[in-house]
Amino acid sequence: MLLEAKQIGFRYERDRWVLRGVDISIQSGEIVGLVGPSGFGKSTLCRILAGYEKPYEGQVLLDGAPLPASGFHPVQLVFQHPEKAVNPRWRMSRTLAEGGALDESLLGQLGIQQEWLGRFPNELSGGELQRFCVARALNPQTRFLLADEMTAMLDTITQAQIWQVVKEVARRENLGVLVISHEKNLIHRLCTRVVDLTITNEKT
Amino acid sequence: MTTQSGETPLLEVQDLCVSFVQYTSCLRQSTLQVINNLSVSIYPGEIVAVVGSSGSGKSLLAHAVLGILPGNASFSGVISYDGQALSPKRQAELRGREIALIPQSVNYLDPLMRVGKQVQTSVHAGNPRSRQREVFERYQLSPDVDKLFPFQLSGGMARRVLVSTALVSGARLVIADEPTPGLDDAAVAETLDYFRDLADQGCGVMLITHDIEAALKIADRIAVFYAGSTVEIAPVQDFAGEGEALRHPYTKALWRALPQNGFEPMPGSQPLPHELPAGCVFQPRCRQATSECSTERPAMRTVREGMVRCIHAT
Ligand code: SF4
Repeated sequence: MLLEAKQIGFRYERDRWVLRGVDISIQSGEIVGLVGPSGFGKSTLCRILAGYEKPYEGQVLLDGAPLPASGFHPVQLVFQHPEKAVNPRWRMSRTLAEGGALDESLLGQLGIQQEWLGRFPNELSGGELQRFCVARALNPQTRFLLADEMTAMLDTITQAQIWQVVKEVARRENLGVLVISHEKNLIHRLCTRVVDLTITNEKT
Repeated sequence: MTTQSGETPLLEVQDLCVSFVQYTSCLRQSTLQVINNLSVSIYPGEIVAVVGSSGSGKSLLAHAVLGILPGNASFSGVISYDGQALSPKRQAELRGREIALIPQSVNYLDPLMRVGKQVQTSVHAGNPRSRQREVFERYQLSPDVDKLFPFQLSGGMARRVLVSTALVSGARLVIADEPTPGLDDAAVAETLDYFRDLADQGCGVMLITHDIEAALKIADRIAVFYAGSTVEIAPVQDFAGEGEALRHPYTKALWRALPQNGFEPMPGSQPLPHELPAGCVFQPRCRQATSECSTERPAMRTVREGMVRCIHAT
Protein backbone atom coordinates (compact mmCIF):
# COMPACT_ATOMS: atom_id res chain seq x y z
CA MET A 1 0.00 0.00 0.00
CA LEU A 2 1.07 3.57 -0.56
CA LEU A 3 0.10 6.62 1.47
CA GLU A 4 0.96 9.80 -0.35
CA ALA A 5 0.41 13.49 0.06
CA LYS A 6 0.71 15.51 -3.13
CA GLN A 7 1.48 19.22 -3.34
CA ILE A 8 -0.04 19.92 0.07
CA GLY A 9 -0.72 23.54 0.92
CA PHE A 10 -2.19 24.58 4.24
CA ARG A 11 -2.81 27.88 5.97
CA TYR A 12 -4.83 29.16 8.88
CA GLU A 13 -4.67 32.76 7.76
CA ARG A 14 -4.39 34.45 4.39
CA ASP A 15 -0.82 34.76 3.16
CA ARG A 16 0.57 32.76 6.06
CA TRP A 17 1.25 29.35 4.70
CA VAL A 18 2.14 26.60 7.12
CA LEU A 19 2.76 24.12 4.34
CA ARG A 20 3.20 24.69 0.64
CA GLY A 21 4.01 22.27 -2.16
CA VAL A 22 4.75 19.40 0.19
CA ASP A 23 5.07 15.90 -1.24
CA ILE A 24 5.57 12.89 0.95
CA SER A 25 4.94 9.21 0.48
CA ILE A 26 5.17 6.19 2.73
CA GLN A 27 5.13 2.59 1.56
CA SER A 28 3.77 -0.27 3.63
CA GLY A 29 6.60 -1.82 5.63
CA GLU A 30 8.65 1.37 5.67
CA ILE A 31 9.61 3.40 8.74
CA VAL A 32 10.13 6.99 7.61
CA GLY A 33 11.38 9.89 9.72
CA LEU A 34 10.00 13.40 9.38
CA VAL A 35 12.25 16.18 10.70
CA GLY A 36 12.37 19.97 10.64
CA PRO A 37 12.44 22.78 13.20
CA SER A 38 9.28 23.79 15.03
CA GLY A 39 7.05 25.97 12.91
CA PHE A 40 7.70 23.96 9.77
CA GLY A 41 4.36 22.22 9.92
CA LYS A 42 5.35 18.68 10.93
CA SER A 43 2.33 18.20 13.17
CA THR A 44 -0.01 19.87 10.70
CA LEU A 45 1.17 17.54 7.96
CA CYS A 46 0.49 14.59 10.26
CA ARG A 47 -3.02 15.80 10.97
CA ILE A 48 -3.64 16.16 7.26
CA LEU A 49 -2.28 12.67 6.54
CA ALA A 50 -4.54 11.24 9.24
CA GLY A 51 -7.56 13.05 7.81
CA TYR A 52 -8.12 15.32 10.83
CA GLU A 53 -7.51 18.39 8.74
CA LYS A 54 -8.38 19.13 5.11
CA PRO A 55 -5.52 20.55 3.06
CA TYR A 56 -6.13 23.89 1.37
CA GLU A 57 -4.28 22.67 -1.69
CA GLY A 58 -3.28 19.22 -2.88
CA GLN A 59 -4.55 15.82 -1.80
CA VAL A 60 -3.87 12.78 0.33
CA LEU A 61 -4.20 9.44 -1.39
CA LEU A 62 -4.21 5.89 -0.18
CA ASP A 63 -3.28 3.61 -3.07
CA GLY A 64 -4.40 6.35 -5.42
CA ALA A 65 -7.82 6.86 -3.82
CA PRO A 66 -8.94 9.55 -1.36
CA LEU A 67 -8.94 8.64 2.35
CA PRO A 68 -12.17 6.97 3.47
CA ALA A 69 -14.58 9.49 5.00
CA SER A 70 -16.23 7.04 7.40
CA GLY A 71 -15.56 3.75 9.12
CA PHE A 72 -12.28 2.77 10.74
CA HIS A 73 -9.51 5.04 9.63
CA PRO A 74 -6.58 3.07 8.19
CA VAL A 75 -4.18 5.92 9.02
CA GLN A 76 -3.83 6.29 12.78
CA LEU A 77 -2.15 9.16 14.58
CA VAL A 78 -0.59 8.98 18.05
CA PHE A 79 0.72 12.24 19.44
CA GLN A 80 2.69 13.47 22.38
CA HIS A 81 0.00 14.03 25.00
CA PRO A 82 -2.07 10.92 25.69
CA GLU A 83 -4.20 12.75 28.27
CA LYS A 84 -5.59 14.87 25.45
CA ALA A 85 -6.38 11.84 23.30
CA VAL A 86 -8.67 9.93 25.65
CA ASN A 87 -12.06 10.66 27.14
CA PRO A 88 -11.43 11.54 30.81
CA ARG A 89 -14.81 10.12 31.85
CA TRP A 90 -14.36 6.69 30.29
CA ARG A 91 -12.69 3.73 31.87
CA MET A 92 -9.70 2.52 29.86
CA SER A 93 -11.48 -0.62 28.65
CA ARG A 94 -14.04 1.57 26.86
CA THR A 95 -11.35 3.79 25.34
CA LEU A 96 -9.62 0.69 23.99
CA ALA A 97 -12.86 -0.70 22.57
CA GLU A 98 -13.23 2.52 20.58
CA GLY A 99 -10.56 1.23 18.20
CA GLY A 100 -12.63 -1.90 17.52
CA ALA A 101 -11.62 -5.52 18.09
CA LEU A 102 -8.16 -5.78 19.53
CA ASP A 103 -5.33 -8.23 19.52
CA GLU A 104 -5.30 -9.25 23.20
CA SER A 105 -1.67 -10.30 23.19
CA LEU A 106 -0.75 -6.74 22.27
CA LEU A 107 -1.79 -5.54 25.72
CA GLY A 108 0.67 -7.91 27.36
CA GLN A 109 3.48 -6.92 25.00
CA LEU A 110 2.87 -3.25 25.76
CA GLY A 111 3.02 -4.00 29.47
CA ILE A 112 -0.62 -3.03 30.04
CA GLN A 113 -1.81 -4.70 33.23
CA GLN A 114 -5.31 -6.14 33.44
CA GLU A 115 -6.26 -3.99 36.44
CA TRP A 116 -5.51 -0.79 34.50
CA LEU A 117 -8.47 -1.55 32.22
CA GLY A 118 -10.92 -0.61 34.96
CA ARG A 119 -9.25 2.72 35.67
CA PHE A 120 -9.95 6.26 34.57
CA PRO A 121 -7.24 8.23 32.74
CA ASN A 122 -6.40 10.35 35.79
CA GLU A 123 -5.56 7.17 37.69
CA LEU A 124 -2.75 6.32 35.28
CA SER A 125 0.62 7.89 34.61
CA GLY A 126 1.43 9.46 31.24
CA GLY A 127 3.51 6.44 30.29
CA GLU A 128 0.71 4.02 31.14
CA LEU A 129 -1.82 6.10 29.26
CA GLN A 130 0.36 6.33 26.16
CA ARG A 131 0.56 2.52 26.04
CA PHE A 132 -3.23 2.48 25.72
CA CYS A 133 -3.15 5.04 22.92
CA VAL A 134 -0.59 2.93 21.07
CA ALA A 135 -2.65 -0.24 21.60
CA ARG A 136 -5.76 1.52 20.28
CA ALA A 137 -3.89 2.77 17.22
CA LEU A 138 -2.42 -0.65 16.43
CA ASN A 139 -5.79 -2.07 15.50
CA PRO A 140 -5.69 -4.96 12.98
CA GLN A 141 -7.28 -2.66 10.39
CA THR A 142 -4.59 -0.01 10.73
CA ARG A 143 -2.33 0.25 7.68
CA PHE A 144 -0.27 3.32 8.57
CA LEU A 145 0.82 4.69 11.93
CA LEU A 146 1.87 8.32 12.38
CA ALA A 147 3.86 8.86 15.57
CA ASP A 148 4.11 12.57 16.37
CA GLU A 149 6.57 12.91 19.27
CA MET A 150 4.86 9.78 20.54
CA THR A 151 7.43 8.99 23.23
CA ALA A 152 8.90 12.46 23.83
CA MET A 153 7.50 12.77 27.35
CA LEU A 154 8.37 9.26 28.50
CA ASP A 155 11.47 7.89 30.12
CA THR A 156 13.93 6.20 27.79
CA ILE A 157 13.03 2.73 29.05
CA THR A 158 9.33 3.17 28.30
CA GLN A 159 10.30 4.72 24.97
CA ALA A 160 12.36 1.68 24.02
CA GLN A 161 9.61 -0.64 25.26
CA ILE A 162 6.88 0.99 23.15
CA TRP A 163 9.01 1.21 20.02
CA GLN A 164 10.06 -2.41 20.28
CA VAL A 165 6.39 -3.41 20.13
CA VAL A 166 5.53 -0.96 17.34
CA LYS A 167 8.45 -2.17 15.23
CA GLU A 168 7.44 -5.79 15.75
CA VAL A 169 3.78 -5.17 14.84
CA ALA A 170 4.81 -3.06 11.84
CA ARG A 171 7.03 -5.86 10.56
CA ARG A 172 4.41 -8.57 11.11
CA GLU A 173 1.47 -6.59 9.73
CA ASN A 174 3.48 -4.78 7.07
CA LEU A 175 2.51 -1.34 8.38
CA GLY A 176 3.97 1.92 7.16
CA VAL A 177 5.18 4.16 9.98
CA LEU A 178 5.98 7.87 10.02
CA VAL A 179 8.13 9.01 12.95
CA ILE A 180 8.23 12.66 13.96
CA SER A 181 10.77 13.39 16.62
CA HIS A 182 13.12 16.16 17.61
CA GLU A 183 15.51 13.47 18.81
CA LYS A 184 17.96 12.75 16.04
CA ASN A 185 19.18 9.62 17.75
CA LEU A 186 15.71 8.11 17.84
CA ILE A 187 15.16 8.87 14.15
CA HIS A 188 18.49 7.29 13.23
CA ARG A 189 17.71 4.25 15.30
CA LEU A 190 14.28 3.62 13.79
CA CYS A 191 14.09 4.95 10.28
CA THR A 192 15.23 3.67 6.93
CA ARG A 193 14.54 7.01 5.26
CA VAL A 194 14.23 10.60 6.48
CA VAL A 195 12.21 13.47 4.98
CA ASP A 196 13.38 16.95 5.92
CA LEU A 197 10.59 19.52 5.84
CA THR A 198 13.03 22.42 5.60
CA ILE A 199 13.77 21.10 2.12
CA THR A 200 10.33 19.82 1.14
CA ASN A 201 8.20 22.67 2.46
CA GLU A 202 8.16 25.60 0.06
CA LYS A 203 6.22 28.00 2.28
CA THR A 204 7.85 31.41 2.22
CA MET B 1 31.92 22.98 38.93
CA THR B 2 32.62 23.82 42.55
CA THR B 3 31.54 21.01 44.78
CA GLN B 4 34.55 20.83 47.02
CA SER B 5 33.58 19.16 50.24
CA GLY B 6 33.42 21.57 53.12
CA GLU B 7 31.65 24.23 51.11
CA THR B 8 28.08 25.04 52.15
CA PRO B 9 25.54 24.07 49.54
CA LEU B 10 23.32 26.86 48.29
CA LEU B 11 20.33 24.58 48.57
CA GLU B 12 20.05 21.44 50.57
CA VAL B 13 16.92 19.31 50.62
CA GLN B 14 16.91 16.55 53.20
CA ASP B 15 14.34 13.78 53.46
CA LEU B 16 11.59 15.71 51.73
CA CYS B 17 8.20 14.01 51.81
CA VAL B 18 5.14 15.53 50.16
CA SER B 19 1.70 14.05 50.52
CA PHE B 20 -1.84 14.92 49.54
CA VAL B 21 -5.11 14.26 51.26
CA GLN B 22 -7.47 12.54 48.87
CA TYR B 23 -11.16 11.95 49.23
CA THR B 24 -11.86 8.52 47.84
CA SER B 25 -15.59 8.33 48.42
CA CYS B 26 -18.00 10.63 50.29
CA LEU B 27 -16.43 10.56 53.71
CA ARG B 28 -13.37 8.41 53.35
CA GLN B 29 -10.08 10.11 53.01
CA SER B 30 -6.60 8.80 52.48
CA THR B 31 -3.19 10.34 52.21
CA LEU B 32 -1.14 9.81 49.15
CA GLN B 33 2.57 10.27 49.53
CA VAL B 34 3.92 11.53 46.23
CA ILE B 35 7.50 12.36 47.22
CA ASN B 36 9.34 10.07 49.62
CA ASN B 37 12.52 10.97 51.47
CA LEU B 38 14.04 12.94 48.66
CA SER B 39 17.46 14.50 49.29
CA VAL B 40 19.43 16.67 46.92
CA SER B 41 21.85 19.58 47.18
CA ILE B 42 23.06 22.30 44.83
CA TYR B 43 26.28 24.31 45.10
CA PRO B 44 26.92 27.76 43.64
CA GLY B 45 27.97 27.63 40.00
CA GLU B 46 26.53 24.18 39.55
CA ILE B 47 23.69 22.78 37.44
CA VAL B 48 21.90 19.82 38.94
CA ALA B 49 19.30 18.16 36.74
CA VAL B 50 16.47 16.26 38.34
CA VAL B 51 15.40 13.82 35.66
CA GLY B 52 12.19 11.81 35.76
CA SER B 53 9.27 10.95 33.53
CA SER B 54 6.57 13.58 33.19
CA GLY B 55 3.70 13.43 35.61
CA SER B 56 5.91 11.68 38.16
CA GLY B 57 5.56 14.48 40.71
CA LYS B 58 9.06 15.89 40.37
CA SER B 59 7.68 19.44 39.90
CA LEU B 60 6.52 19.23 43.51
CA LEU B 61 10.17 19.44 44.50
CA ALA B 62 10.32 22.90 42.91
CA HIS B 63 7.07 23.91 44.56
CA ALA B 64 8.29 22.72 47.95
CA VAL B 65 11.54 24.70 47.66
CA LEU B 66 9.67 27.84 46.62
CA GLY B 67 7.03 27.35 49.30
CA ILE B 68 4.17 27.23 46.81
CA LEU B 69 2.76 23.74 47.35
CA PRO B 70 -1.01 23.57 46.94
CA GLY B 71 -3.17 23.89 50.06
CA ASN B 72 -4.09 20.24 50.33
CA ALA B 73 -0.45 19.15 50.36
CA SER B 74 1.58 18.59 53.48
CA PHE B 75 5.28 18.10 53.68
CA SER B 76 8.05 17.08 56.03
CA GLY B 77 11.80 17.25 55.81
CA VAL B 78 14.28 20.09 55.91
CA ILE B 79 15.01 22.56 53.12
CA SER B 80 18.03 24.75 53.82
CA TYR B 81 19.20 27.74 51.87
CA ASP B 82 22.74 28.94 52.45
CA GLY B 83 22.99 26.68 55.47
CA GLN B 84 19.79 27.95 57.09
CA ALA B 85 16.60 25.94 57.37
CA LEU B 86 13.76 27.65 55.52
CA SER B 87 10.48 28.61 57.15
CA PRO B 88 7.40 29.50 55.09
CA LYS B 89 7.98 33.16 55.97
CA ARG B 90 11.61 33.05 54.84
CA GLN B 91 10.56 31.26 51.62
CA ALA B 92 8.15 34.08 50.82
CA GLU B 93 10.95 36.61 51.37
CA LEU B 94 13.39 34.76 49.13
CA ARG B 95 10.95 33.88 46.36
CA GLY B 96 11.56 35.98 43.26
CA ARG B 97 14.60 37.59 44.92
CA GLU B 98 17.17 35.02 45.94
CA ILE B 99 15.31 32.07 44.48
CA ALA B 100 13.75 32.42 41.05
CA LEU B 101 11.57 30.09 39.05
CA ILE B 102 11.84 29.89 35.29
CA PRO B 103 8.47 28.56 34.21
CA GLN B 104 7.66 26.44 31.19
CA SER B 105 6.04 29.12 29.11
CA VAL B 106 5.09 32.78 28.77
CA ASN B 107 1.63 31.85 30.01
CA TYR B 108 3.09 32.61 33.42
CA LEU B 109 3.73 36.23 32.47
CA ASP B 110 1.11 38.92 33.00
CA PRO B 111 -0.62 39.04 29.59
CA LEU B 112 -1.58 42.71 30.00
CA MET B 113 1.79 44.16 30.92
CA ARG B 114 4.47 45.09 28.40
CA VAL B 115 7.44 42.79 28.83
CA GLY B 116 10.02 45.50 29.50
CA LYS B 117 7.99 46.84 32.42
CA GLN B 118 7.25 43.38 33.60
CA VAL B 119 10.89 42.38 33.77
CA GLN B 120 11.65 45.64 35.59
CA THR B 121 9.31 44.63 38.42
CA SER B 122 11.70 41.77 39.15
CA VAL B 123 14.68 44.09 39.72
CA HIS B 124 15.44 44.45 43.41
CA ALA B 125 18.73 46.30 43.37
CA GLY B 126 19.83 49.25 41.23
CA ASN B 127 17.90 51.09 38.56
CA PRO B 128 15.15 48.81 37.22
CA ARG B 129 15.07 50.37 33.78
CA SER B 130 18.80 50.23 33.10
CA ARG B 131 19.17 46.79 34.67
CA GLN B 132 16.40 45.40 32.46
CA ARG B 133 17.92 46.98 29.32
CA GLU B 134 21.34 45.65 30.22
CA VAL B 135 20.05 42.08 30.51
CA PHE B 136 17.88 42.35 27.38
CA GLU B 137 20.96 43.66 25.56
CA ARG B 138 22.87 40.60 26.68
CA TYR B 139 20.21 38.37 25.14
CA GLN B 140 19.85 40.40 21.96
CA LEU B 141 16.41 41.74 22.81
CA SER B 142 16.18 45.13 21.11
CA PRO B 143 14.47 48.19 22.70
CA ASP B 144 11.40 47.46 20.52
CA VAL B 145 10.86 44.24 22.45
CA ASP B 146 10.38 46.21 25.69
CA LYS B 147 7.06 47.48 24.37
CA LEU B 148 5.64 44.13 23.32
CA PHE B 149 3.00 42.18 25.17
CA PRO B 150 3.75 38.52 25.97
CA PHE B 151 1.51 37.18 23.18
CA GLN B 152 3.52 39.15 20.62
CA LEU B 153 6.78 37.38 21.44
CA SER B 154 8.17 34.66 19.22
CA GLY B 155 9.08 31.42 20.96
CA GLY B 156 12.75 32.33 21.06
CA MET B 157 12.12 35.82 22.43
CA ALA B 158 9.78 34.42 25.06
CA ARG B 159 12.48 32.07 26.35
CA ARG B 160 14.97 34.93 26.55
CA VAL B 161 12.46 37.11 28.40
CA LEU B 162 11.82 34.36 30.95
CA VAL B 163 15.53 33.87 31.54
CA SER B 164 15.99 37.65 31.79
CA THR B 165 13.40 37.79 34.56
CA ALA B 166 15.49 35.37 36.61
CA LEU B 167 18.73 37.15 35.80
CA VAL B 168 17.62 40.71 36.69
CA SER B 169 16.20 39.53 40.00
CA GLY B 170 19.74 38.82 41.14
CA ALA B 171 18.63 35.34 42.22
CA ARG B 172 21.38 33.01 43.37
CA LEU B 173 19.29 29.92 42.95
CA VAL B 174 17.37 29.38 39.74
CA ILE B 175 14.86 26.60 39.35
CA ALA B 176 13.77 25.75 35.82
CA ASP B 177 10.75 23.48 35.56
CA GLU B 178 10.51 21.57 32.25
CA PRO B 179 11.97 24.44 30.26
CA THR B 180 12.33 22.58 26.97
CA PRO B 181 9.05 20.79 26.13
CA GLY B 182 8.33 20.50 22.45
CA LEU B 183 11.35 22.54 21.42
CA ASP B 184 13.47 21.57 18.47
CA ASP B 185 17.19 20.91 18.80
CA ALA B 186 18.32 24.46 18.16
CA ALA B 187 15.87 25.91 20.68
CA VAL B 188 16.81 23.34 23.31
CA ALA B 189 20.49 24.11 22.82
CA GLU B 190 19.79 27.84 23.11
CA THR B 191 17.77 27.44 26.31
CA LEU B 192 20.42 25.22 27.84
CA ASP B 193 23.11 27.78 27.01
CA TYR B 194 21.21 30.34 29.07
CA PHE B 195 21.31 28.06 32.09
CA ARG B 196 25.01 27.44 31.64
CA ASP B 197 25.42 31.17 31.48
CA LEU B 198 23.52 31.63 34.76
CA ALA B 199 25.64 28.97 36.45
CA ASP B 200 28.87 30.47 35.12
CA GLN B 201 27.86 33.70 36.82
CA GLY B 202 27.71 31.84 40.12
CA CYS B 203 24.06 30.84 40.32
CA GLY B 204 23.04 27.40 41.42
CA VAL B 205 20.65 25.96 38.85
CA MET B 206 18.14 23.20 39.41
CA LEU B 207 16.87 21.91 36.09
CA ILE B 208 13.78 19.76 36.42
CA THR B 209 13.22 17.82 33.22
CA HIS B 210 12.02 14.62 31.61
CA ASP B 211 14.64 15.02 28.91
CA ILE B 212 17.71 13.07 29.95
CA GLU B 213 19.60 13.99 26.80
CA ALA B 214 19.17 17.69 27.52
CA ALA B 215 20.28 17.11 31.10
CA LEU B 216 23.38 15.21 30.02
CA LYS B 217 24.37 18.09 27.77
CA ILE B 218 24.68 20.72 30.48
CA ALA B 219 24.27 19.43 34.01
CA ASP B 220 27.19 18.83 36.35
CA ARG B 221 25.27 16.28 38.33
CA ILE B 222 22.17 14.27 37.51
CA ALA B 223 19.59 13.27 40.10
CA VAL B 224 17.45 10.42 38.81
CA PHE B 225 13.86 10.51 39.99
CA TYR B 226 11.88 7.25 40.18
CA ALA B 227 8.59 6.50 41.94
CA GLY B 228 8.68 9.56 44.17
CA SER B 229 12.31 9.80 45.11
CA THR B 230 15.79 10.16 43.76
CA VAL B 231 17.36 6.75 43.32
CA GLU B 232 20.77 8.08 42.33
CA ILE B 233 22.72 11.31 42.14
CA ALA B 234 25.70 10.95 39.84
CA PRO B 235 28.30 13.21 38.25
CA VAL B 236 27.49 13.60 34.57
CA GLN B 237 30.77 11.91 33.52
CA ASP B 238 29.45 8.63 34.92
CA PHE B 239 26.98 8.47 32.05
CA ALA B 240 29.40 6.86 29.63
CA GLY B 241 30.15 3.55 27.93
CA GLU B 242 27.88 0.76 29.09
CA GLY B 243 27.03 2.68 32.25
CA GLU B 244 29.57 0.76 34.36
CA ALA B 245 30.22 3.82 36.53
CA LEU B 246 26.53 4.29 37.33
CA ARG B 247 25.29 2.97 40.65
CA HIS B 248 21.59 2.19 40.48
CA PRO B 249 20.13 -0.53 38.22
CA TYR B 250 17.39 1.88 37.08
CA THR B 251 19.92 4.53 36.06
CA LYS B 252 21.92 1.96 34.15
CA ALA B 253 18.74 0.81 32.40
CA LEU B 254 17.79 4.42 31.52
CA TRP B 255 21.21 4.96 30.00
CA ARG B 256 21.19 1.72 28.02
CA ALA B 257 17.68 2.41 26.74
CA LEU B 258 18.79 5.57 24.93
CA PRO B 259 18.43 5.10 21.17
CA GLN B 260 22.12 5.83 20.57
CA ASN B 261 23.10 3.23 23.16
CA GLY B 262 21.40 -0.14 23.27
CA PHE B 263 17.75 1.01 22.87
CA GLU B 264 17.16 -1.85 25.30
CA PRO B 265 13.66 -1.98 26.79
CA MET B 266 12.87 -3.36 30.21
CA PRO B 267 9.56 -4.93 31.21
CA GLY B 268 7.17 -3.41 33.73
CA SER B 269 6.38 0.20 34.52
CA GLN B 270 7.01 2.77 37.16
CA PRO B 271 4.62 2.25 40.10
CA LEU B 272 2.17 5.03 40.98
CA PRO B 273 2.25 6.58 44.48
CA HIS B 274 -0.58 4.41 45.81
CA GLU B 275 0.88 1.15 44.61
CA LEU B 276 4.49 1.29 45.74
CA PRO B 277 5.91 -2.15 46.46
CA ALA B 278 7.31 -3.00 49.89
CA GLY B 279 11.04 -2.51 50.25
CA CYS B 280 12.91 -1.09 47.29
CA VAL B 281 10.52 0.63 44.84
CA PHE B 282 12.49 -0.77 41.90
CA GLN B 283 12.47 -4.35 43.18
CA PRO B 284 9.67 -5.74 40.90
CA ARG B 285 11.72 -4.80 37.82
CA CYS B 286 15.22 -5.36 39.14
CA ARG B 287 17.33 -8.24 37.91
CA GLN B 288 19.76 -7.91 40.82
CA ALA B 289 17.02 -8.10 43.43
CA THR B 290 17.51 -10.43 46.38
CA SER B 291 15.14 -11.27 49.22
CA GLU B 292 16.55 -8.44 51.38
CA CYS B 293 15.41 -5.96 48.75
CA SER B 294 11.75 -6.48 49.56
CA THR B 295 12.02 -6.05 53.31
CA GLU B 296 13.23 -2.51 53.81
CA ARG B 297 13.30 0.64 51.71
CA PRO B 298 16.99 1.31 51.01
CA ALA B 299 18.37 4.56 52.42
CA MET B 300 20.35 6.99 50.29
CA ARG B 301 24.05 6.37 50.78
CA THR B 302 27.31 7.61 49.34
CA VAL B 303 29.01 5.35 46.82
CA ARG B 304 32.12 6.68 45.11
CA GLU B 305 31.46 10.33 44.09
CA GLY B 306 27.69 9.93 44.12
CA MET B 307 24.65 8.85 46.08
CA VAL B 308 22.48 5.80 45.57
CA ARG B 309 19.41 4.18 47.03
CA CYS B 310 20.24 0.51 46.49
CA ILE B 311 21.59 -1.94 49.06
CA HIS B 312 23.69 -3.82 46.53
CA ALA B 313 25.26 -0.89 44.71
CA THR B 314 29.04 -0.71 44.71
S1 SF4 C 1 17.90 -2.48 46.41
FE1 SF4 C 1 17.70 -4.45 45.41
S2 SF4 C 1 15.87 -4.27 44.15
FE2 SF4 C 1 16.49 -2.23 44.72
S3 SF4 C 1 17.72 -1.56 43.05
FE3 SF4 C 1 19.12 -2.41 44.56
S4 SF4 C 1 19.36 -4.54 43.96
FE4 SF4 C 1 17.59 -3.77 42.86
